[in-house]
Amino acid sequence: MLSALLVMAALAIVLGAVLGFAAIKFHVEGNPLVDKIDAILPQTQCGQCSFPGCKPYATAIAAGEADINRCPPGGVEGIQKLADLLGVDFKPFGGDTAAPKPKSVAIIDESTCIGCTLCIQACPVDAIVGAAKQMHTIIAAECTGCELCVAPCPVDCISMQVIEEKISNWKWKYPVYSLVTAQ
Amino acid sequence: MRTLYHFHGGVHPPSNKTQSTRLAIAPAPLPSRLIVPLHQHAGETAKPVVQAGDHVLKGQLIGMPDGFVSSAVHAPTSGTIAAIDMQLIAHPSGLPNLCATLIPDGKDEWIELEPVKNYRDHSTTELQHLLRMAGVVGLGGAAFPSDIKLRLGKQKIKTLILNGAECEPYITCDDMLMRERAAEIVQGAEILRFMLDADEVLYGVEDNKPEAIAALQQAITASGSALQQSKRHEVVAIPTIYPGGSAKQLIRVLTGLEVPSGKLPTDIGVQCFNVATAYTVHRALAHGEPLLSRIVTVAGNVREARNYEALIGTPIDELVALSEALPDTNGYIMGGPMMGFALPGMSGPGPAVHVPMVKATNCIIVSSEKLFPPPPPAMPCIRCTRCVEVCPADLQPQDLFWFAQSKEFGRAQTFSLFDCIECGACSYVCPSHIPLVQYYRFAKSEIRAREHDKQLADQARDRHEFHEQRIEREKREKAEKLAAKEKAAQAAKLAAQPLTAEQQAELANLATSREHIRELAQSAVEHTTENTGAN
Amino acid sequence: MFFSPFISKSEGVAAIMLKVLLALLPGISLYVWYFGPAILVSIALASITALATEAAMLKLRKRPIAPFLKDNSALLTAWLLALSIPPLAPWWMVVVGTAFAIAIAKHLYGGLGSNMFNPAMVGYAVLIISFPMQMTHWLAPQGLVLAELSFAQQLQYIFSGVLPNGLTLDAITMATPLDTLKTHLHLDESVQQILNMPIYGQIGGHGSEMVAWGFLFGGLYLLASRIISWHIPFTYLGTLFVIAWIFHLADPTHYVAPLFHWFSGAAILGAFFILTDPVSSPTTNKGRLIYAAGAALLTYLIRTFGGFPDGVAFATLLMNICVPLIVLYTQPKVFGKKDGGKKDDQP
Repeated sequence: MLSALLVMAALAIVLGAVLGFAAIKFHVEGNPLVDKIDAILPQTQCGQCSFPGCKPYATAIAAGEADINRCPPGGVEGIQKLADLLGVDFKPFGGDTAAPKPKSVAIIDESTCIGCTLCIQACPVDAIVGAAKQMHTIIAAECTGCELCVAPCPVDCISMQVIEEKISNWKWKYPVYSLVTAQ
Repeated sequence: MRTLYHFHGGVHPPSNKTQSTRLAIAPAPLPSRLIVPLHQHAGETAKPVVQAGDHVLKGQLIGMPDGFVSSAVHAPTSGTIAAIDMQLIAHPSGLPNLCATLIPDGKDEWIELEPVKNYRDHSTTELQHLLRMAGVVGLGGAAFPSDIKLRLGKQKIKTLILNGAECEPYITCDDMLMRERAAEIVQGAEILRFMLDADEVLYGVEDNKPEAIAALQQAITASGSALQQSKRHEVVAIPTIYPGGSAKQLIRVLTGLEVPSGKLPTDIGVQCFNVATAYTVHRALAHGEPLLSRIVTVAGNVREARNYEALIGTPIDELVALSEALPDTNGYIMGGPMMGFALPGMSGPGPAVHVPMVKATNCIIVSSEKLFPPPPPAMPCIRCTRCVEVCPADLQPQDLFWFAQSKEFGRAQTFSLFDCIECGACSYVCPSHIPLVQYYRFAKSEIRAREHDKQLADQARDRHEFHEQRIEREKREKAEKLAAKEKAAQAAKLAAQPLTAEQQAELANLATSREHIRELAQSAVEHTTENTGAN
Repeated sequence: MFFSPFISKSEGVAAIMLKVLLALLPGISLYVWYFGPAILVSIALASITALATEAAMLKLRKRPIAPFLKDNSALLTAWLLALSIPPLAPWWMVVVGTAFAIAIAKHLYGGLGSNMFNPAMVGYAVLIISFPMQMTHWLAPQGLVLAELSFAQQLQYIFSGVLPNGLTLDAITMATPLDTLKTHLHLDESVQQILNMPIYGQIGGHGSEMVAWGFLFGGLYLLASRIISWHIPFTYLGTLFVIAWIFHLADPTHYVAPLFHWFSGAAILGAFFILTDPVSSPTTNKGRLIYAAGAALLTYLIRTFGGFPDGVAFATLLMNICVPLIVLYTQPKVFGKKDGGKKDDQP
């Protein structure tokens, strides 16, 4: 009886020491979780998650203050990736979050633009060029489609245009065929 | 006898080549109109330099290369540009792309040609530029701009390989070109060899083309003294096995070298060109002719399969009409039956859309239900590994299929998805009739799109961070400015206070003493004996 | 719209399975010749059960029924299972075993192509664990027993369990050669003494060795028609031979000669028909070598030191468990990824 207790105690001490040693030896500095979450987020900086950008949202998720299903541009796949990373259950879009939309870019109707620079101030990625009283234009390649410029425009000259499928961005589709599958 | 090596796997589909090699290459008549896509090559779309309504001459530039990987596009004959707009092109997507439509005037009037008299007097860079402006691209199917493949890297090129393997069933355009125009191929090969400064030129031709092999050998012997270097040219008959004509596999067979995964042949001192490309290089330099036409095999469900020399932009239905498609035709396939694709707008009933042939069009197979029956319903994979046995890239196709099907792209990549050359051998032997290659194409393009999105996201993140910093800086600067302004305002406030009587007296004092000093100084100039001190 | 390649040379899954069924016929014919037609009853029973279970499961899983019933894979499972159990086993045993194999071992894992274990061997394992007694009632080869049943009497026994008057089960059945060997070795008899018993023939059991020849013939046909590769059968039989040979050399009175191991029990059937099941065996050639060698070692150990008369089924199932791991660690080198350009494999 006593020897059994002693063996167990010794085991506990040894294993505890190993665990403690491992914790010191393999200690990871910093909080890489925020960066990992941020890497999954699409960086549209649109604020649809109710946070002022992707990084703040990532910080909130890491701190457990925000749900993983608040990022419409990331789509269902984004939620899945976050769920995998954080080891939590997948959560569909719902509640007050908007549904995902097809990827678009903002277009300024240059004949209507009055050059008020309000949209330039709103753009989170500096994708709009122009100066006061001058016509503005959007660098399509830099636009993340966040729609933040649409609301501030006093003359409603900004519209969102869905990115069309062209030969340059065409993708092979998932095979669809008369299928007999065990799936 | 040269030692040959072999690659893993491969299949022997019925070749169906003899039907189209009975007759000599025929020049295709001028079509009613030519639709010339401005994106016929790998890389960036050429920029149109003509407008609708312009009259152009044969060989006139209509598309300027735009970007590093790009190539020129020319008017295939003289005539009027009817439109520059989006037209359906030969692409598996079935999407339209920018095309110039040319109505021939029937005169076939050339621009003034500027042949290069002796290419050896020119630098490789100059010749590269000429080839780029002549629109020379690889004619084996990928249509990669040839000038880029001729750029010299750090690695010395030891072997130049001329690809005449032509392993896909039905296709015989290279075979016929080698039979009929071997001398010009050899001369083009010598130009390429000169540009790359390669030690040897090997012509890899599958041993089911004895006529082509003989013709090339004869051409090399005949041009022996003229070439000076002919001892460096050698025709090698290689075993007939699909996909022996795939560049990596051909290099393996001829040299025993494997192009390392993710690297280029030039990294191991080898470069590879299609024989038809060599022919075009010769025409482009020795005759100054840009790439305006190519040899196309028309085969399959036709009355008379044959090779035609047709202008780029010829509507495919007009080309096929020359061989007379049989009544049960249900579509056209561009390329071979293993790697080609069904042309858009041509399957099913309804009027055929005038998709044009392009520089990459080596073969048009007219299909019928009898020749190419639709695949039976796919069954689940039973892991029989027939696909493993035939895979020329030593992959595990059944695993890749599993990952692609379940969209586990990360694992697909670790199982070397991108080393797949999409040859189709796996699907060809699959007893479950699974469209394996289709899954790989899907997975590859999804992965590429994701990587692109990731890049954009990273860019957006950087730009957003910069934006934040800028806002921060502006705020700080504004704050600093405000602080400075306040300071100045305080100073001004101080200055605005009235002077006391004492201060006024002092100021007046200062003024009078300054006056006094000035007077003294003046008098000092005259007398020089007076005291000069000022207190 | 369909995509390249537009041509196919494959004969289809059903044709492959059919060829495997055909390859079983020589063995089955010899089985009938030496042991009577009762085995045909089990095969028929198992086939009907397999097809019925397959159809029911497909219906439950909402899959198309016709193409899967026609793929012959359920029939193959049925035949292999029927060949592994005694022909005189009561009808409900065949039905239970086959239904379990198809419903549980095959369809609950995802159906054709997704089963981790060989369904026929799962069925066998269930039967031998649940009904060990009935699984030992093997028919004696003709001419070796006191009384022989007519086909009608066999049918009666299979379906009703009633034997003709005055007969006991012991009079018409006997243990398998492997089982007999094991029992008598426990009684401290030498291998030489035991092999003199009438149940033994030239190499293995009387009659059953000829059946094994039949399966060997069918297996060679499968090899020749490239339905299976040499890796599994050759490695399996080779390893079994070597291990048996080492033991036999060390102590011939207690360890039987290697050829006996080949030609008794299910060694040949296992080597060519069971272990080679593509779904539950490794997909890499190197993996196949490991898998087959492991199965041979386990077979020998179970036969010689274990409690079951034959070891092929359990060896197969145990190696099935290892398949994913074996495959993961035996991935072949991809083109352009090893010491690129090593000029080693000249034709």
